[in-house]
Amino acid sequence: MKERAQIRFLPDGRRLHLHDGPIDLIVEAFGTVAEIKTAYRAAANRFVTVLDELCGELSLLRQPARSGSPIVLGVIARRMVAAVAPYGKWTFITPMAAVAGAVAEEILSVMTSAANLSRAYVNDGGDIALHLALGERFVVGMVERPDRPSLFGTATLDSTQPVRGIATSGWRGRSFSLGIADAVTVLADRAAMADAAATIIANAVDLPGHPNILRVPARTLAPDSDLGERLVTQEVGELSSGEIATALDAGVAVAESILSAGLIRAAALRLRGATRIVGLLPEHSRHRLRPEESLQATSLQSL
Amino acid sequence: MADDDAIRCDACPVLCYIKPGRTGACDRYANDGGQLVRIDPHVVLDRALSRGDSVVPFLGRDRDWDGSIVSGPETFITAIGAGTTYPDYKPAPFIISSEVQGVDVVTVVTEGIFSYCGVKVKIDTDRHLGPETNTVRAQGEAVGHVTTGEYGSQMLSLGGVRHLTGGSRREGTVTCDTLLNLCERKPVELTIDDGATVLVEAGKPPVVDGMLEERTRVGCGSATIGMFAKQWFGKVDEVVVVDDHITGVLSEHQAGKLLGVRETGIKMKGHRSTPGRYFRVAEPGTAWGGTNIEDPLSILQTFNPKVAWPRLRLLMVSTTGEHHAYYELDDALRPVEKELPPSLRESVARIKENCEPALCTVLFMGGAGGSLRAGVTENPVRLTHSVKDALTRVTCGGAPVYVWPGGGITFMVDVSRMPEHAFGYVPTPALVAPIEFTLKLADYAALGGYMDHVRPLDSILHGESRRHLSANPDNPWPLSPGKSPRSDQ
Repeated sequence: MKERAQIRFLPDGRRLHLHDGPIDLIVEAFGTVAEIKTAYRAAANRFVTVLDELCGELSLLRQPARSGSPIVLGVIARRMVAAVAPYGKWTFITPMAAVAGAVAEEILSVMTSAANLSRAYVNDGGDIALHLALGERFVVGMVERPDRPSLFGTATLDSTQPVRGIATSGWRGRSFSLGIADAVTVLADRAAMADAAATIIANAVDLPGHPNILRVPARTLAPDSDLGERLVTQEVGELSSGEIATALDAGVAVAESILSAGLIRAAALRLRGATRIVGLLPEHSRHRLRPEESLQATSLQSL
Repeated sequence: MADDDAIRCDACPVLCYIKPGRTGACDRYANDGGQLVRIDPHVVLDRALSRGDSVVPFLGRDRDWDGSIVSGPETFITAIGAGTTYPDYKPAPFIISSEVQGVDVVTVVTEGIFSYCGVKVKIDTDRHLGPETNTVRAQGEAVGHVTTGEYGSQMLSLGGVRHLTGGSRREGTVTCDTLLNLCERKPVELTIDDGATVLVEAGKPPVVDGMLEERTRVGCGSATIGMFAKQWFGKVDEVVVVDDHITGVLSEHQAGKLLGVRETGIKMKGHRSTPGRYFRVAEPGTAWGGTNIEDPLSILQTFNPKVAWPRLRLLMVSTTGEHHAYYELDDALRPVEKELPPSLRESVARIKENCEPALCTVLFMGGAGGSLRAGVTENPVRLTHSVKDALTRVTCGGAPVYVWPGGGITFMVDVSRMPEHAFGYVPTPALVAPIEFTLKLADYAALGGYMDHVRPLDSILHGESRRHLSANPDNPWPLSPGKSPRSDQ
């Protein structure tokens, strides 16, 4: 059988594009040409089995995280389970909430093991794993709404900070959300941790029972969704500024407890143009990005 | 589970159940009325929408990776707002600022209906096709005219609003048909009043009055002498460049005189124009230098015995280098053919090398009018400014265009760089051509773009179709900035 995975360069000839089923990665490494080549080769070699590994344990990974759940074997699967484990006691979450971040982490780790890179990132549809050698930095820009993108701020991540994972969640995103946040962006030490936390916080930005929010059982949209009969947000109508604040407050409360538990470093919550910041967004500012230092996280994920 | 209408996708091991009108986890495979279809929202050419091309179901897996890190063949992206505006994408929190390739850009695809449009046809031939400004006809109807000739080429200007809508109904229809066929790289027979009949096909050699034009000559015989005199000097005593138009003779030619080439006593047939330049050494034909000469010696008379000398070295060559012969005079001063000495082979090869293949080339030229631009932004003039300021890149079916300076967005594109079936027509008659405006998303918002009207995924699912094409490797990638060399630290 032919290889399913697609491995190729983006048209710029610099970024590697890895695609397999629902997994879509944009990878870029910085360093000498030889090191980059080694890193990309390692990424490609690792990538080709990732989807099969995950699918082999898919039914387990779609089960809510509870103590005493069957143990998964795959390295990515274990990372997913570990990332959601802290939340399983008090809310509904499945390891699938961390799949993108966990995959990004895995690919990044084989690259940095194989090659000496100054910087690298693996962007899995907005969930990003970062590598920063000493003295290096990335500048990331944050976008307020995916359908009307404009930068509302930037954050500078340098090697002295612990942040190596970035993730965003929101109801307009590719995955279903139980909440109404336009975007919750989380900085954490690892991409899988950021991914899980972003899901949790975005779910918490909510106005339960509000008549202007259209919610549909996940299963009616995707019969095999891990969210089952849970109501996922499909449309958000008119909200008053008070309601926006209430919804954000709910999210902020959850974000702060996650922050104080040491699971994340910062979060930016965005709803209808209003932003709340939890934790310290490094150099949160409006300055213009210099292209040579900007992290090319991207929404063109299946280019 | 009441999911009878869901279908199971087996494109990958996730094996999603997909409900009608929805996509699987990958956003690439969808349930379209019970059928599993592949929808690759970025890899589309919207032209297909109106042509009713079928959805490509389950088109193959891309090439296997052979282990080498090289760019694979990329595909064409012409979808509106590719990647950034589809609702089913994960929010793009880290859309990146300027100049990074293919990231935060939006491509607005519109099909332009061009009544102000036409083609410029360049026909590589030295043959006289017809007097300047004379009417060019297709199927007996006037579709354009002969315009200013260019070096080694005859130029035709075809189409335009006057022929499309200003004449008879049949004139308009035939003009539209002619333009469409030329743009689609189909052969078209054109007849010039008081001139030749030319078979024109973009990217192919022209056929003039039934004769195939294969090479553009390096120059006329006289020009060839001028260009190569130095390379011949000292290696040969006499050179005759045989040409249908002007045959050149080295020792008599100004270029030879300047070098101090000795007189050889050569005597040419034909009509001497100026020293070393001869008209009509023979009749036009398909042999040496566009003449009917099979034996080049037939254009020579006997050498003047008072000037010529035994073992005088003579090269005869055509203006394309395709024909050549080398002679030395015997004791009776008669040319005897010998093998071409290595020292002369190079110059003959160079003549050949300098002859490019004769081609017909077709540039489509059109102007994006107000309504077209209004389809892109609420404030059309801002789009014009954005194009002039090089903030917006205009492509035509993904092919690069030249935007003419001045008002409006009047552009030219080489049709051979465009995908097949890129053009259409409406009965007005007018041509329909794809035009894409690619710009940074932020710039698009700033110029009043229809941020709310980007095409949602669902609208693609309902009965519309997509055509998947490979990009022309000679074209710059529409989404890549012109330059961005990688800096290795």
